[in-house]
Amino acid sequence: MPDTFFYAVEVMLNGLMAGVMYALVALGFVLIFKASGIFNYAQGVLALFAALTLVGVMEGQVPFAHLINAVFGTNFHHFGFTVPAIAAILITVAVMTLLAILVERYILKHLVNQEPIILFMATIGLAYFLEGLGDVMWGADIKRLDVGLPKGISEGIETTTYEWFGYGFFIDRLDIVATIVAILLVLSLTLFSQYSKQGRALRAVADDHQAALSVGISLRFIWVLVWSIAGIVALVAGIMWGSKSGVQFSLALIALKALPVLMLGGFTSIPGAIVGGLIIGMGEKLFEFFIGPLVGGATENWFAYVLALIFLVFRPQGLFGERIIERV
Amino acid sequence: MLYREAGDFKTSYVADSQTFPIKFDRIRYYIIVAIAFGVVPFFINDYWANAVFVPFLIYAIAAIGLNILTGYCGQVSLGTGGFMAVGAYACYKLMTGMPDVPIIVHVILAGFITAGVGVLFGLPSLRIKGFYLAVATLAAQFFLVWLFNKVPWFYNYSASGQITAPERTLFGIAVTGANTPAWAKYLFCLVILFALAWLARNLTRGSVGRRWMAIRDMDIAAEIIGVNPLSAKLSAFAVSSFYIGIAGALFFSVYLGAVEVGEAFGIQKSFLVLFMIIIGGLGSIFGSFAGAAFLVLLPVFLKNFLVGQLGWATDLAAHIELMIVGGLIIFFLIVEPHGLNQLWRVAKEKLRLWPFPH
Repeated sequence: MPDTFFYAVEVMLNGLMAGVMYALVALGFVLIFKASGIFNYAQGVLALFAALTLVGVMEGQVPFAHLINAVFGTNFHHFGFTVPAIAAILITVAVMTLLAILVERYILKHLVNQEPIILFMATIGLAYFLEGLGDVMWGADIKRLDVGLPKGISEGIETTTYEWFGYGFFIDRLDIVATIVAILLVLSLTLFSQYSKQGRALRAVADDHQAALSVGISLRFIWVLVWSIAGIVALVAGIMWGSKSGVQFSLALIALKALPVLMLGGFTSIPGAIVGGLIIGMGEKLFEFFIGPLVGGATENWFAYVLALIFLVFRPQGLFGERIIERV
Repeated sequence: MLYREAGDFKTSYVADSQTFPIKFDRIRYYIIVAIAFGVVPFFINDYWANAVFVPFLIYAIAAIGLNILTGYCGQVSLGTGGFMAVGAYACYKLMTGMPDVPIIVHVILAGFITAGVGVLFGLPSLRIKGFYLAVATLAAQFFLVWLFNKVPWFYNYSASGQITAPERTLFGIAVTGANTPAWAKYLFCLVILFALAWLARNLTRGSVGRRWMAIRDMDIAAEIIGVNPLSAKLSAFAVSSFYIGIAGALFFSVYLGAVEVGEAFGIQKSFLVLFMIIIGGLGSIFGSFAGAAFLVLLPVFLKNFLVGQLGWATDLAAHIELMIVGGLIIFFLIVEPHGLNQLWRVAKEKLRLWPFPH
């Protein structure tokens, strides 16, 4: 078989893996949208914030060191100890939960019954705030994140495929780990929402706020819960993306990558987020591979959006989205 | 007492439906216009023009444009940066292609070109609504920025990929290029803003504006009572893009002079203009001015205060600015979803009754 074919297959596989990464971010969106009808633009910044916090805790950075030094004229940056990855992850989970509580108390509570678009804009505000907060807390420099995940090209796959097809596939081990983690995450989220009491409550709220309230489900608790879960999903996404390309501002922009994924898959569907992620990931890599050289490359910037846009014109609710019914 | 309505009688419909029905308001408005045209140009220097007035005027145009689309017609757009880029590049191509035509014609033509592009990207709005559309307009944003980056024809094959405004004069006075006096920049933008704001105000209170607002409030109901959603939405996209294109053209040619598309017209610019209309007030022309003034002045103020007074590092000040802007957005959405415009209206109501509480 010709090498171009294998190369295209390799590009496709890598695209699928990249799609898994997009789907990880998109998952957080879907969770919050299902439970509260809020389109949470801040999800990407949540991932950045989680990753920044994780690195900061692991390296024993003093939070707000920059600000404290500027105000008091002191000069310290580190506590002088490091925290093992597992403990740091737990601390970060605690921080994300605290953040969820604060978001609920100071933002969501006051915005009940507002139009969705107002809530969307509020999350844009939240995104700006968190971005600034993350930078003030932990510094804006690019950080390396290493929680002990395997990295680099997998030689095993390369040699095996070489023996089989006469062509060695280059697959990043981190992408494989990400795929496994994503599968586990989706499984555990599904199990949680199907079989636990809180999960049932969550589905009830997603179905009908009013009815859920009237049978004694606390909407506020559910919001805190769902934002905490979204924070944890953001942490997972942050770890994966941070290990891949370092923790820096561009991490917040993966939210922008996840948006077309959502539009394609439908805002309310977890499988939709996964399938949408895979389609977008694969589509944009293949498009870049085949069409990119003809038009000057870097098509990844817009391909996903244009694809989603064209798709939406034909099916406005996305692949798995619920049909939108409007009445006067 | 401060704000008196007593004795201010209207004897015709025209008098009753004017923009500033209260005499005190009207006089105040004339005074402000007189100061803006007659006093400021004589005292303005380069710092004030470049740091405050010119960006304020240009952003006010962009904010009015976005407010027409988002505030009046209810179509949330995150493509403002991309449309500003269309205006800037159209203006550049016209300026270099037809050097003898006056610059004002170029700016207006750039607006029309952007209006065409805006209608094109507005077409999906007939099928897609709400934040699906907001995300769809991001497609415009990213595609247009990419296009201007990748196709050398747009930047005349210049080595740096930048576009640079050549010197163009109006009535013998340079308005673009390095030799432009501060007052010329200011006055050029002010005249355009004044004309556009006047136009917008009258469009939005006429039948076109009422159609937009019907679509915004409930599009299905509007359709039933006879508003054509196709023409209403596309006209909103066209007018809005026209304004934003002119803002982009001025931003490039008068304000910055040289522009790199990813930096000047990135997604951040779209958000900035969106924030202006949220903070200023959706669906109000005055709100567009207030929001633009607020978000232009805030960084200047913070920079002067944090960096100048307290001596903090610039990057720290920039991060704190992000926090403050984000916090303010949330604050405004919670406390006063109608923005500064509503605060101003409440203040006026209070002043009308002052000193009696009710």
